[in-house]
This record gives sequence, C-alpha cells and structure tokens, in this order.
Amino acid sequence: MEKRVTFSSWTIGILFAVPQLLLIFTFFYWPAGQAVYWSLTLQQPWGGGNIWVGLDNFRSILVNADYWNSITASLVFAGISTGLAMFIALVLAALTDRQLAGSRLYRVVLIWPYGIAAPALALAFRFILAPEAGFLSVVNRMWPGIWDPGLDGADAMASIIVAFSWKYVGYNFIFFLAAFQAIPRSLIEAAAMDGSGVIRRFWDIQFPLITPTIFFLLVINITESFQDSFGIVDIMTSGGPANATNLMVYKIYSDGFKGLDYSGAAAQSIILMLLIILLTIFQFRFIERRVHYG
Amino acid sequence: MTMIKRGFAALAAGALSTALAMPAFAEPVKFDFWFGLSGDLARVVDTMCKNFNALQSDYEVVCTSQGNYDATLQNTIAAFRAGKQPTVVQVYDVGTATMMLSGAYKPADKLMEENGYKIDYADYFPGIARYYATSKGEMLSFPFNSSTALMYWNKDAFAKIGKTEAPKTWEDVGADLQAMKDAGYECPMAINISANESWQLMEQFSAIHNQPVATKNNGYDGLDARLEVNKTKFVQYVTDLKKWYDAGLIKIKSKDLGQDMVQAFASGTCQVILTSVGDHGTVGRTQKEGMNWDVAELPVYAGTERKNSLVGGASLWVLSGKSDAEYKGAAAFLNFIHDPKTALFWSTNTGYIPVTKSGFDYMKGQGFYDKAPYKGRETAIASLTASEPTEITRGVRLGNFTQIRAEFGTQMQAIFANKVSVQEGLDTLVKNGDAILDRFQQTYPGKTLP
Repeated sequence: MEKRVTFSSWTIGILFAVPQLLLIFTFFYWPAGQAVYWSLTLQQPWGGGNIWVGLDNFRSILVNADYWNSITASLVFAGISTGLAMFIALVLAALTDRQLAGSRLYRVVLIWPYGIAAPALALAFRFILAPEAGFLSVVNRMWPGIWDPGLDGADAMASIIVAFSWKYVGYNFIFFLAAFQAIPRSLIEAAAMDGSGVIRRFWDIQFPLITPTIFFLLVINITESFQDSFGIVDIMTSGGPANATNLMVYKIYSDGFKGLDYSGAAAQSIILMLLIILLTIFQFRFIERRVHYG
Repeated sequence: MTMIKRGFAALAAGALSTALAMPAFAEPVKFDFWFGLSGDLARVVDTMCKNFNALQSDYEVVCTSQGNYDATLQNTIAAFRAGKQPTVVQVYDVGTATMMLSGAYKPADKLMEENGYKIDYADYFPGIARYYATSKGEMLSFPFNSSTALMYWNKDAFAKIGKTEAPKTWEDVGADLQAMKDAGYECPMAINISANESWQLMEQFSAIHNQPVATKNNGYDGLDARLEVNKTKFVQYVTDLKKWYDAGLIKIKSKDLGQDMVQAFASGTCQVILTSVGDHGTVGRTQKEGMNWDVAELPVYAGTERKNSLVGGASLWVLSGKSDAEYKGAAAFLNFIHDPKTALFWSTNTGYIPVTKSGFDYMKGQGFYDKAPYKGRETAIASLTASEPTEITRGVRLGNFTQIRAEFGTQMQAIFANKVSVQEGLDTLVKNGDAILDRFQQTYPGKTLP
C-alpha cells in the first residue's frame, strides 16, 4: 500500500494565503474602508469629532466646476501621456530588437529613466523647460512669449506630459523589448525570405504577437498616469496656472493635506478609485477582445 | 549563529536604551519641539536649542525640523491623533484659526502663569500680539519668527530716472516704473502670482489701506465671516497691477520659470519687488557686486491714511496631553525664546524681526541696525507699528486659509492670462473662498473662536 502524506488542500491553501491577505487587508482594505467612512462624514482635522453627512461630500464635489475641470485635465493627461509613452517605447523597442548598431547599449540605457524618482526628474524638467533660463528659452528668444508654462495652461500641461512620458518610456521599453525577443526568430526570418520588408513584418507578425503586452501596458500606464503623476505636478506646476494642471490626485493632496479637508479629500479618492475601476473594466471588456494570447 | 549573536546584541541594545529612557536622578526632562523651517534657518533653530540645553540642566529640548510649515502641521495632526504629539510646535500664521478650534493646545499664557513666569504681554508689538491673540486679547501661543512685507528698490535704477527716494504712493510707483521702462530697463518690477503672494499682494495691501479681507472683522468675530475682497480697494490694485503687466512694466518671476523675484532683484534684472523682510539677508548675500538698494514700506494709494502692516511667520503652540514636567520644560523654553538676548541672536542670524519692544530696544542699543548688512530692517518695525491695529488690521483669521490663498493664486493666474476680467476673477475668488469657509464652519458646528 502506498504511503502518502496528505494535507487538506483547503487549510493549507488558506495558510499560504494568510500573510498576503493580512498585508492586503492592512494596507489596502482597511484604509480604503476608512476613506469610505471619512467621505460620509465631516472630520475635524484634530480628531475632535465628526458629523455624519451622508452623501453631502460627494454632492458638493460633483457640483463644483473646478472638480470637473480636474477630471478633464486628468483624462487629457492620461490619454496623451499614455499614447506618447507607449508609442515612443514601441518604436525604440522595435528598433533595438533589430540589432542595429549600438542596440546592446540602448537596451541598458533606455531603462534608466524609470529608475529616477518622479520629484527628481520633475526638477530636472523644470530646469530644461524653464522659459527664461532653460534649454527651451531658445524658442522664446526667437518668438518672444511663445512658451510660457507659468501663465499658459496648455504649455504647463505639455510640460508635465513630457516629464511623465519620459519616465514611462523606460518602463514600457522593458516590456516591449521582452515581448519582441520572445517572438521566434524563425517566423521573422521566414517572412524576410518571402520578401516582406521591415514595416510589413512589423505589422503582420510582430505587432499581432505582442498585443497582450500592449494591452497590459495600456492598463498599467493609464492607471499610473492617474496615480504616479503627483510628484511631477507638485514640483513642476503645483496644479497651476489657474488649475490647468490640477490633476485629480494632486487635488486630493492639496485639499486633504494642505487644506486639512480630510472628508472632501476622502470623497475625491473614492471617486478616483471608481473612475480607475471603470476605466479598467472598460479596457478589459472592449479592448481585450482584440488581444490574441499566443 | 551570527544571526543569533546579532539578535542578542539587539536585545542588549534595547535593554540599554530602555534603561537610559528611565527617569534617573538629575537626568534632564526631555521634550520635543517640532518646527517648519529648513536649510540655514533650521541650523539657526538647532543652535538656539543647543544654547537652551547648555544654559540649564533640568530640561532638554529635542528640536526636529519637519521641512516646511504645511508638513509640520500635517505631521503634528497625525501625531496628535496617534497620541504622540510634540510638546511645542511651530504653527504658521494662517494655521491660527485651525489651532484655536482644535482643542489640542494648552494656552500659552496659562502655561507661563502656572509655572511662575511673568511675561509682560504689553511688551509685544501690538501688530504681532493681536495677530495671534484671541478676540479678547489672550495669548494662546507665543509669536516666534516674525516678518512683514517691504518694498525692495534698486537705488541705481531710481537714480537713472532722477529719484533718490522710494515712491510712497502707488500712483508714483506707476509713473516711476514707466520712467524706468523708458530709460531702457527690461523689468522695472517683478511680482509672482501664486498662492504665496496672497500675503503681500492681498493681505498686507488690505491691512495698510484699512480694507477688510473678510466680514466679521476678518473673521475674528465668528466662523460665519465671508470674503469681500471683490468690493474693496483691492480691486483697483489688481486692475493697476494687470495694467502695468500688460504695459510691460511688471514681469512675472517665479521659481517654476527659472528665476524667482528675489533672485531677479538681487541680480539687478528687476528693479522693484515686494517681499518679506526675511529676504533682506538673502538679497544682501546674493546681490550683484556693487549694486545699491534699500527697503521701504509698502506704498499706499494717494490720500490713504497708512495703517500697520500685518505680521507674517509663525507662533509656538504648546499641545495638550503632556506631563507637568514637560510643561515646566516648555515654559522654560518659551521664556528663553522671549529673552531679548535670544531675540538678538535670532534676528542676527535670520532676517526675522524681534517681536517685543524690549527685544527691539536691546538690539538698537547694541547698534544692530547701524551696521551695514542689517541696516534697513528697522523699516519692518516702522511698518508694523505705523498705527495702532484697527479691528481689521489685527490680522486675518479665517478657516482653511491655505486653500483660500491657493484660490487667490488660481484666480490671479486666470486674470493675468486674460481668461477672465479682474472683477470676474475676484468674484470667483470670493465665491470659491466662501465655499471653503462654509465648509470649515460646518466642520465645527456650534464652536466659536475664542
């Protein structure tokens, strides 16, 4: 008779999951639950007491034109910076994958931007894009006043988009390059022997085969552009001029921590969370259909 | 094996530190002081703390910089909610209303009385004391680092247009800026229009012209105060600033654009700026070689009877929930800071002004204001004491004022970018500011300012 040690799969499964579940509960569900509670009350910052106000916080936020402006700004920021970061990374990865001269160097160098903390890179871009003293001041010398992120909202938005995209090009590049390198060489070589050019091979073979990566990066980039933009906005524009770059995550910070309006900020976080969930569901529902998993 | 050894070492160290933390005989009582200054200023505070610790052996103050004013308040609130608050904390001017309603402090005047220190509150410059006192005049916190806004002017540039004195009225300023522009100066005056400049552009201007920022005596008399800057002389001021900006007489300078206004002035690029007396030292240290400059009181519109300007800076609050021994230490520390000698040390090493008359007299007696790098700083005292504070030049006591200042920046930027007219922008400022005040009032139902 065969002797075998058996475990109840149920208990052992739970045991293995417990540390992780505890972490998730402590650092996600608990604070999120607290935020929901705060968003339904008016909290005195010093903890002197709170009043139940139901959905009043949400109501006052949703009738506020500034808040809708903040949502629009966040969506514009998310759309453009995701598109830019993914497109540039895709092109760079495709070229690096072709083993052009120096591609070994690029493979390493192009990953670096992701390793730089957002505030540090924002500081660097503030110098680069400064209209009077930075590199871009050349433009102003030729056409005075054309580049003015201090007063022109569109210029300021462009600044933070450039800074954010620059960072995420590095991140996307890693994934794209890995995806390209996972494609069997024989496929591409066969196509080349059949006489198809570089562009043709890209569209007909490589692109369809990396759609899972593209989809993954799309979800991550959009989510991160809502959350990781904080450091860049804080250093580069502080949400100005005239609220043009007051992204949702920055508004939460400034209302909550600078303005000590904890309840309003909690309600805004809930709305932001719902928005990101909705966007992600939308992407899985409609875009994932077009993804081919190999 | 090494792991175990390390474990033992850690245990031993832990035991040792607990032993050290036990109150032993003649061991000084430690208490925390959190402050919001950084860089050079933080080093000066640290030196001050060391001096206090060296002066006596009963107490030991542990001074920790939290980086900036906002962070200090945020961290203190978080610490207070967790029951780990510092004994003494530096809170900036606009946090005063929030502090007063917090119920988290021990009134400074009571603390001093209980611990046997006699403080002559009449010795404080009234413009400074009233800013932090209750509407009945009790001091809940001690004024600490204090400043006020001044006009910095480049004497060389004014000499070029035949002027040897700073303009006293805004009408003169307009004419002088035009003359400088005509004389070939690219940037006659620099301003910035972010949340920070609410202080000199809106609050100081309103005080000097005896114009209210908000109803209910700028909020001193109740949480139902609402803004009214869209119908005071401030409207004309913003209109003029915008007009001068459009005419190229004023340039916007900010750190985000590559050069802030203090740098622009010190480098000789711009000829006039309005900023805190706290920048006096910076300008002196970083100025272009041989540049002649001076400070003057902020101008007023012709025909205005000048009132006192407002104090800016921060005060020291003592928080509740601490032991008697710690309160004794805090009282000794506050008494030390109150001392005229400390005032001299503090003002010499920073740009801040003394907060008491005795401190000011002591410094004058020492010849402080005759020496070159500090000469001119007495103008700040003149500005602060230009008149007895009126009901509306005591200060601005509005809830969540940080957010109102942010709104000021937003609307000024909209006005200067030609998105809205001056009146529309200020109307929106009042409307959004009132929503903030409304919310603050709802958060503290049934409570009143002391």
